[in-house]
Amino acid sequence: MQEYHVLVIGAGLAGMRAALEAHKQGARVALMSKVHPVRSHSNAAQGGINAALTDRGDRWEDHAYDTVKGSDWLGDQDAIEVMCKEAGQELISLEHMGVIFNRDEQGRLGTRAFGGQRRARTFFVADITGQAILHVMYEQILKSGIALFEEWFCTDLVVENGRCVGCVAMEIRTGRVAFIPARTVILATGGLGRVFEPSTNALICTGDGMALAYRAGVPLMDMEMVQYHPTTLKGSGVLITEGARGEGAYLLNKDGERFMARYAPTMMELASRDVVSRAEMTEIAEGRGVDGCVLLDCRHLGEKKIRERLSQIYEIGLDFAGVDITKEPIPIRPGMHYQMGGIKTDIWGRCWDPQGKWQGVEGLFAAGECACVSVHGGNRLGANSLLDTVVFGRRAGATAAQWAQDKPLPTLNDAHWVQKTETRIRTLLARENNGDTVARIRWEMGTTMDQFLGVFREQEGMEQALRTLRQLRQRYNKVSVRDKGRTFNTALIFALELDYMLECAEAIVRSGLERKESRGAHYRRDFPKRDDANWLKHILLYWRGENDPPTITYLPVTITQWPPEKRVY
Amino acid sequence: MRITIKVRRFNPEAPKPQPYWQDYTLEVTKTSTVLDALIRIREEVDESLALRCSCRSAICGSCAMRINGHASLACKTKVSAVVDAHNTLTVEPMGNLPVIKDLVVDMTPHWHKVRAVEPWLQPVGPEPQGEYLAPNEAMLHLAGVMNCIMCGACVSDCTVLEVDSNFLGPAALAKAYRFVADPRDGMTKERLAKYNAYGGIWDCTRCYECVQVCPKGVAPMDRIMAMRERAIGMGLKDTYGARHTLAFEELVEHSGRLDELRLPLKTFGYTNIPKLVGLLPIALRALPKQKAPSPFHKPIPEVKSFQTTFRKARQAAETERQAPTSQAHHG
Ligand SMILES: Cc1cc2nc3c(=O)[nH]c(=O)nc-3n(C[C@H](O)[C@H](O)[C@H](O)COP(=O)(O)OP(=O)(O)OC[C@H]3O[C@@H](n4cnc5c(N)ncnc54)[C@H](O)[C@@H]3O)c2cc1C
Ligand code: SF4
Ligand code: SF4
Ligand code: FES
Repeated sequence: MQEYHVLVIGAGLAGMRAALEAHKQGARVALMSKVHPVRSHSNAAQGGINAALTDRGDRWEDHAYDTVKGSDWLGDQDAIEVMCKEAGQELISLEHMGVIFNRDEQGRLGTRAFGGQRRARTFFVADITGQAILHVMYEQILKSGIALFEEWFCTDLVVENGRCVGCVAMEIRTGRVAFIPARTVILATGGLGRVFEPSTNALICTGDGMALAYRAGVPLMDMEMVQYHPTTLKGSGVLITEGARGEGAYLLNKDGERFMARYAPTMMELASRDVVSRAEMTEIAEGRGVDGCVLLDCRHLGEKKIRERLSQIYEIGLDFAGVDITKEPIPIRPGMHYQMGGIKTDIWGRCWDPQGKWQGVEGLFAAGECACVSVHGGNRLGANSLLDTVVFGRRAGATAAQWAQDKPLPTLNDAHWVQKTETRIRTLLARENNGDTVARIRWEMGTTMDQFLGVFREQEGMEQALRTLRQLRQRYNKVSVRDKGRTFNTALIFALELDYMLECAEAIVRSGLERKESRGAHYRRDFPKRDDANWLKHILLYWRGENDPPTITYLPVTITQWPPEKRVY
Repeated sequence: MRITIKVRRFNPEAPKPQPYWQDYTLEVTKTSTVLDALIRIREEVDESLALRCSCRSAICGSCAMRINGHASLACKTKVSAVVDAHNTLTVEPMGNLPVIKDLVVDMTPHWHKVRAVEPWLQPVGPEPQGEYLAPNEAMLHLAGVMNCIMCGACVSDCTVLEVDSNFLGPAALAKAYRFVADPRDGMTKERLAKYNAYGGIWDCTRCYECVQVCPKGVAPMDRIMAMRERAIGMGLKDTYGARHTLAFEELVEHSGRLDELRLPLKTFGYTNIPKLVGLLPIALRALPKQKAPSPFHKPIPEVKSFQTTFRKARQAAETERQAPTSQAHHG
């Protein structure tokens, strides 16, 4: 197979943005995804994308401060500065690519309010923002003629002498395994939501890239920081966008009280997500919930506004909860939504540090939800994730293209790498059925994580979770795949994914046990206070093999202009 | 509720690959979707059942399939809404696309067609510093088309695609419309000229199927009709389809009803002998059934007032056609 300069794995917003930029810089680019690009999870983003536009009287510094505060001071401020400074330019280039953002009366881009921010700076396309951007990005990919590996599943990264030189992947349609050589690889594989059950995330969000990078030698950072979104449907975990509260919807308890007044008197429903989620869980725990939920009330917004600006939620209400949101409040509760932590990268998307302060793999890059730059720290603000994907996607693409220029590949033994993966697959397929199934192990993992690593955590529960995960790993090593064919074998894909999910789950628990304080989304009943003296730092995990606990190290948080403050909303 | 799902299966690796039906009986709840049920089957009964799905919330476009004969999203269809009196429903792969395995079809032909409409914004002139200025109504109108998740349901059930695989199809054409109606795009006329060709906007028979099955309210047929109107409005009249429509309009206006004899003559041109000869068999077959148009075509009695109404309607359409064409200005 020909040698690519840049191989992007993942065709969500981060991946496609990276591929486009690398292509623009003249690199020979390939883009791989286990689903067709427009099926990527980025399409689920309903609410919008943040940017502080100077000509609207907004300042990037204000956006950055809100982000720092949202992150509970765990975000690296150099990275946050980059993201907020480049936001305007990225937003405009999305518009130029063809995104049809909603407009104001003057025909300029319109905004809506979002949680944790003092100003309305969220740009949006009705409530299909992610979908609208994703499809436009794919249009640009078609225009560029970049090579596409659609419905290819990456099974391994290939690292030789500390450098990533490509990947091994399986074409899902045929089951064929191939080695794809590349001077640089950019991981843009998205989140790990399905490690939890339930989750707002799509079924494909299984943390593949995080596990791949981790095993290849790149540290995972701040994995304990898992965001629970305040408004998800009971049961399925389907999301109701924060845009609803941005447009003015209320949160009510069983007495019809707007309880946020007691938790965040200034920002009310629009306080940071971790704050609102904890408030809801407290209401439910103290007996003021309705059937394990609280209520989201949109009625006063009026039918016109709901239909025009929240049309998708209106439909979701009808389809998935049987509720007409123009007529009755909808029961919701916090649900797993986003992974702030991930593959450690610098602000150029590199998974290695030229200064050597942390260890990594040369030639490997990461961007989007799978990466941790870190701009979200302990808690991500709504509509900052799409921004993260395009800003750092672009930077990773540009840097990879430049780095690849004068770094041809050494001679490689393709067959060896293909054989390794092929053997793994054969073993899975050949294994005797012992009664256990991939689905059951995944379910137990997910519910364990939800129970012990949800909104409230403590030592004992997390230790219990770790023990369960170790047992599940043992069971995984014996589980069989019952579809023995090679054509579109989804059972095989699920089995491979579960391996990655278990790896991610364990990383989350190990990090959670390590951080002995409460910060952002990581709230410990046994350490309820933030502890800047000891824990104003990142936790890095290095993989040391399947049976050994990871090595844990720390990195200081980069503070540029906003020293830690008390966090009140 | 105990239900039976009859699934149309196909395993290409079987010794003699043949599609077949398999029944699964299982317990579901009132709010279960067809996708929930299929996932349950896959996880608890039969791991080899192949289907695509991801978001579970009608946004990724993966799970389109035929449910009781009509294409829809499995994740948006409640079991209780589709089971028959015996609590049974059928599930098949989408139509008009080759089956890879079970419910998984090969969408490549469709993606090629999407690619063929050049689905990317093509503005003319220098890029503005900031955003393009555009009316919010125009953007909201486009958001209606951007709602398309490329699930392929309309492609599956399009009656023209069934007989003519050259047709670009409803989804690709709806996508095309998204650029035609985008005030920022500078290639409207060139685009329309392209979509005017064989396999394009004039090949739709207006069967309405795509409007009915689309789970996202995109209404592809309406978008195709809007492009026809635009094309004619922009003077792109040199296609059979356009001439047919214009002739239709002209004849009706002339006499208050359709002169079916003159319609093909006007459409194909009075001198297009080969094409007209080609139509003869149809006319001959129609004769004994008394469906052949009468050569003696009389105007209806109220033709004068009819013509006034007609002109008014045309003027109104004209004004409407002008409105969204206003170009975005650079700001
Ligand atoms: C319901 C919901 C609503 C949201 N709303 C918002 C919002 O309003 N604003 C906001 O800013 N953020 C929002 N987010 C978060 C945001 O959507 C995501 O964090 C972001 O889109 C992630 O983009 P990504 O490009 O990193 O990954 P994704 O879009 O998830 O793409 C991952 C890609 O990697 C591919 N991939 C994964 N594993 C493999 C493998 N092994 N081999 C090959 N390919 C692979 C996948 O096929 C896919 O193409 C929301 C999230 C959810 C769940
Ligand atoms: S209306 Fe036209 S495009 Fe739609 S299904 Fe019928 S023939 Fe196909
Ligand atoms: S137009 Fe509707 S049915 Fe057709 S692909 Fe788009 S969303 Fe699916
Ligand atoms: S699973 Fe995504 S559309 Fe049905």
